[in-house]
Amino acid sequence: MQIYLPIAEMSVSVFVLLGLGGAVGFLSGLFGVGGGFLMTPLLIFIGVPPPVAVATEANQLVAASVSGVLAHWRRANVDFKMGGVLLTGGFLGSSFGVWLYTELRAIGQLDLVITLSYVVFLGVIGSLMLAESVRAMLRRGRPGGAARKLHQHTWLHGLPLKMRFHKSRLYISAVPPLAVGFFAGLLAAIMGVGGGFVMVPAMIYLLGMPTVVVVGTSLFQIIFVTANVTFLQAVSNQTVDVILALLLLAGGVIGAQFGSRATGKLPAEQLRGLLGLVVIAVCAKLVVDLVTVPEHIYSLGRVAAP
Amino acid sequence: MRVRAISSLSAMLMLLGAAGLGAASSVLAASATRTEPLVADLSKHGVAITTGFVGTEVVLFGATDGKGDVVVVVRGPGERAVVRRKDRIAGIWVNRRQMTFTGVPAFYAVAASGPLDDIVSPAVGARQEIGVEHLRLVAETGAPEAEVAAFRAALLRNKRRQGLYPAEVGKVTFLGSRLFRTEIKFPANVPTGEYEVSVYLLRDGQEVAGGGQKTPLEVSKVGVEGEVFDFAHRNSALYGIIAIVVALAAGWLAGIVFRKA
Repeated sequence: MQIYLPIAEMSVSVFVLLGLGGAVGFLSGLFGVGGGFLMTPLLIFIGVPPPVAVATEANQLVAASVSGVLAHWRRANVDFKMGGVLLTGGFLGSSFGVWLYTELRAIGQLDLVITLSYVVFLGVIGSLMLAESVRAMLRRGRPGGAARKLHQHTWLHGLPLKMRFHKSRLYISAVPPLAVGFFAGLLAAIMGVGGGFVMVPAMIYLLGMPTVVVVGTSLFQIIFVTANVTFLQAVSNQTVDVILALLLLAGGVIGAQFGSRATGKLPAEQLRGLLGLVVIAVCAKLVVDLVTVPEHIYSLGRVAAP
Repeated sequence: MRVRAISSLSAMLMLLGAAGLGAASSVLAASATRTEPLVADLSKHGVAITTGFVGTEVVLFGATDGKGDVVVVVRGPGERAVVRRKDRIAGIWVNRRQMTFTGVPAFYAVAASGPLDDIVSPAVGARQEIGVEHLRLVAETGAPEAEVAAFRAALLRNKRRQGLYPAEVGKVTFLGSRLFRTEIKFPANVPTGEYEVSVYLLRDGQEVAGGGQKTPLEVSKVGVEGEVFDFAHRNSALYGIIAIVVALAAGWLAGIVFRKA
């Protein structure tokens, strides 16, 4: 059954979209990460114009993040104060990101920037996931290590604007979370991702937050950032296809529920390693595409009324 | 007496002659207005893009006043198109040179009752822009001729690849020597706007006087998709807010419905 998407201006099978949403939702529920950066390239792959893919994925992520954060909130695993600082930076970063996006599109370099960003981040994340899963598989043989300190204090923590974050048991400068939020917001606007894959490691290693609070707080920030990106993209570029977003999130929320339920039952380390390999493979393909002689040297840009 | 009879007879003859001439000429005049060189019409004047749209066909049909060749040209609304060329910079392929063309039809298709080279003289083809090679595409640039030609060729190639400038010339089929029809095919990605369908009657490669006709055709999104598209463009801010609220509600609902782990 085909459906015509009004903003994407293309005809697509309803089942393909539901299946895509379901599959990506399952993976993100299973691993707690990877909604946006899996979905956006897949949408582009099935023929959705990149600007519409990025903006619509932001819309879908609003729903995915809300459904995710509820579970964490019920277990009191969200640091709202830290989330507030992160989302302040996120608003600034994503607004700047949408502006940058519009400018790049006008000069015809948007596709290149999106592709390069994905190459860098997929490469880094893929390698980290692979390394982490290998380490986890090796560590399973050995007994647990000595109890660690709560967190290390670095020069980042001593910057001005120090605030108390009770949930995270931190007394640090607000500048690092603002910067992390800003950077994640910028990526969200340009790449059509949530930014969690940047925020989660940054929150654990740079800010020193306890792991249990990290995912919920990150999802909380993502709701506001993706909502901001959705709004700005709708107003500036009219590229949010709400019908596409609805079809994707219908499959996505169902898939995510099954995914998070399957977390305990499947061999987690092996799966993470496998996902890391897949991510690296996608990254390699993007690099190859950038470097080989393109099939079409000439391409058409955006058209406008004469 | 005889003179008067002759003069009244000749007067009557002259009257009869005049009447006869008048009748003959009015008969001729009537037959001239009765048969126009060409009349044509479309099976529908609007293409409605609805939910399950996968492309469609519109039939053009008509009649000529005698043997001749018929050419049909379908043009979409004019637009400005940017053509970009990639070059290798630091090992990767990047968009570098670009050229903007105006007067580019969003869609362009031709149908004819015979091979275009045989039935259309080059002068007529150039004047009426029959065939993509005759399209008057103006480049906003000061670049040399050869480069403009390369970019122009690339523009046509890309439009053809997207299915918007079908490469094949459609067939106009004649039923007998005067009735003709052709099917105009529109792809799923057909652009919206005001289209112009031009029909030409040609003999020996030249246009027949009064044998040209232009008919409008409107392609638009209707139904739910049309409303969504219009709303997104006219009330962007409200559309954005609604998109967010819908997503928030859907996420919340999903979180509650699946609460029982």
